[in-house]
Amino acid sequence: MNVPLMMFLGFVVATLAITFWAARRNTGASAYFAAGRSITGWQNGLAVAGDYMSAASFLGISGMICFSGYDGFMYSVGFLMAYITVLLIVAEPLRNAGKYTMADLLAYRLSPKPVRALASLSTLTVSTFYMIAQMVGAGVIIQKLINLNFAPAVVGVGILMLVYVVFGGMLATTWVQIIKALLLMAGAVLLSFLVLKHHGYSFAAFFEAVSKADYAGTADPKNLLEPGLKFGTAVAGPWGPLDLISLGLGLVLGTAGLPHILVRFYTVPDAKTARSSVIWAMVIIGLFYIMTTFFGFGAATIMEKAQIMTADGKPDTNMVAPLLARELGGETFFAFISAVAFATILAVVAGLTMSASASFAHDFYTNVLHHGKEQSPGQEIRVARMTAFVVGAVSIGIAIYLGPSVNAAFLVGLAFAVAASANLPVIVFSVFWKRFNTAGAVCGLAVGLVSSILLILLSPNGMFGKAGAIFPLENPGIVSIPMGFLAAYLGTILSKRDTNAEAKFAELTVRAHTGLGAEKATSH
Amino acid sequence: MTNNESTPWAAIEAKPEFRELLARKKRFIVGCTVFFVIYYFALPVLNGYFPDLMKREVMGKVNIAYLFALSQFFVAWIIAFLYMRVAATWDKAAAEIIRGHH
Repeated sequence: MNVPLMMFLGFVVATLAITFWAARRNTGASAYFAAGRSITGWQNGLAVAGDYMSAASFLGISGMICFSGYDGFMYSVGFLMAYITVLLIVAEPLRNAGKYTMADLLAYRLSPKPVRALASLSTLTVSTFYMIAQMVGAGVIIQKLINLNFAPAVVGVGILMLVYVVFGGMLATTWVQIIKALLLMAGAVLLSFLVLKHHGYSFAAFFEAVSKADYAGTADPKNLLEPGLKFGTAVAGPWGPLDLISLGLGLVLGTAGLPHILVRFYTVPDAKTARSSVIWAMVIIGLFYIMTTFFGFGAATIMEKAQIMTADGKPDTNMVAPLLARELGGETFFAFISAVAFATILAVVAGLTMSASASFAHDFYTNVLHHGKEQSPGQEIRVARMTAFVVGAVSIGIAIYLGPSVNAAFLVGLAFAVAASANLPVIVFSVFWKRFNTAGAVCGLAVGLVSSILLILLSPNGMFGKAGAIFPLENPGIVSIPMGFLAAYLGTILSKRDTNAEAKFAELTVRAHTGLGAEKATSH
Repeated sequence: MTNNESTPWAAIEAKPEFRELLARKKRFIVGCTVFFVIYYFALPVLNGYFPDLMKREVMGKVNIAYLFALSQFFVAWIIAFLYMRVAATWDKAAAEIIRGHH
């Protein structure tokens, strides 16, 4: 057996042990869906960072920077700045007023059934988009690591992830995230160090090389530090700069609407801990994203073009970081980085499946279909487990259909745009706007969701291809996010005032800003 | 949800101390949000529409575009730090307001 495979199996065994340990401690819904609200600030910070440093961040952004230079770094900047929105606006009210899912906050003073049904649909959509990106990343890693084909590799990952979610719940996925975040940071530091070492430990020499990056002499030198290689008018046409702004908008507003990040704030005991966990996460994620420039730029100066192309001559946009590790650190380091990348994906997919299935079971099944009452004890958890299977299968199918060369960061960028268009407007309005009512929430969720998906389908990457695209931008945010807000606003003011919702606003405000009556931690 | 029917939500919400807390929070959050939105969107706007300015090299080969992007990280951390400090004072005020209502 080879070294990469052994490392990989080592990780799988270790995380399965955690899952087994967590499974024995899962004694009820609060434990399964919210880890008993017993996670501490730094632990949750690491877990949030872990959820966030997904295949998109590690594999996707490195590849994007390697091929498109500085413009790829824009993803890193937007991904981090998004946490200001989370910190200032969403994290604390959410923790104070919710239970398991984003929809809890919305259902608080609005009519629960339509709101929960739509919020659940949007959660499932965003999670599936996000998950497809992870599946693609996992597929290419496994392909390289153990010479499996893309399709069986994706299926294998899917099955493994289901084991974590189905048996371990939130406690297991949290601990898998924490361990993986530490391993990934260690790997990232070492990889950055090796890049710098290659350039004689000199930042000046490193930037000098990046300014005339020639892929180890196999391409014409170009200055990757200059903006515009992906979104400039020379490359992307007149719509390029607007596309960049649209991407930025989706990224910076999307995180605050990502279900699998939001549910993390239910795993901590109180709002204060939610806040400190965001800050921990921001420090870790920020450092990590600064390092993405080392992998991406580094690869463009060190790797030959042929090494980072797929067999059919397309840029291998998701494998740059692991291949760079092999070039600089040999087979063992390659194995380590691949195992960590794989672990990353496994953990993120588990988190995504967890939030999607929690939303379906808690919001749709229990609260919409069964009027808020569980039919029998533990049924909500059983439904969640079944949903995990379905969501997993759908993402596996789409990932195999899209194939290995679609960039993971790009796919995730789309998930962010959908989250920002559908989820963020209704979250913000329900916490900060007294007049907001059910009609507004339904309009906001529906229009945000439909417009963002529709614009993606009509974009240059959509069903009509580059030439037939009806919508000129690759990123829908700049149109669909204002549409989501506008629909939520119009839906509210054009419908009857909801005195019940307005009466409950006082209660929600007090809860959100003081933590009075918030869900308490269960002791272990 | 600990459903405490007896909690006088409306009365707490009407307390001048609570209104004062909300006003303080609003001032800080709105101020920060406006600043960070402008600072953040300046980056894609300048990169997209003024690329020649952004390509100007200032430290060796390092150009304005890269330094501006890097500065975003520090701005994010500084805002987070300021928020953490001011939020600690909000916690105290909130605890005072809900004292006796647990």
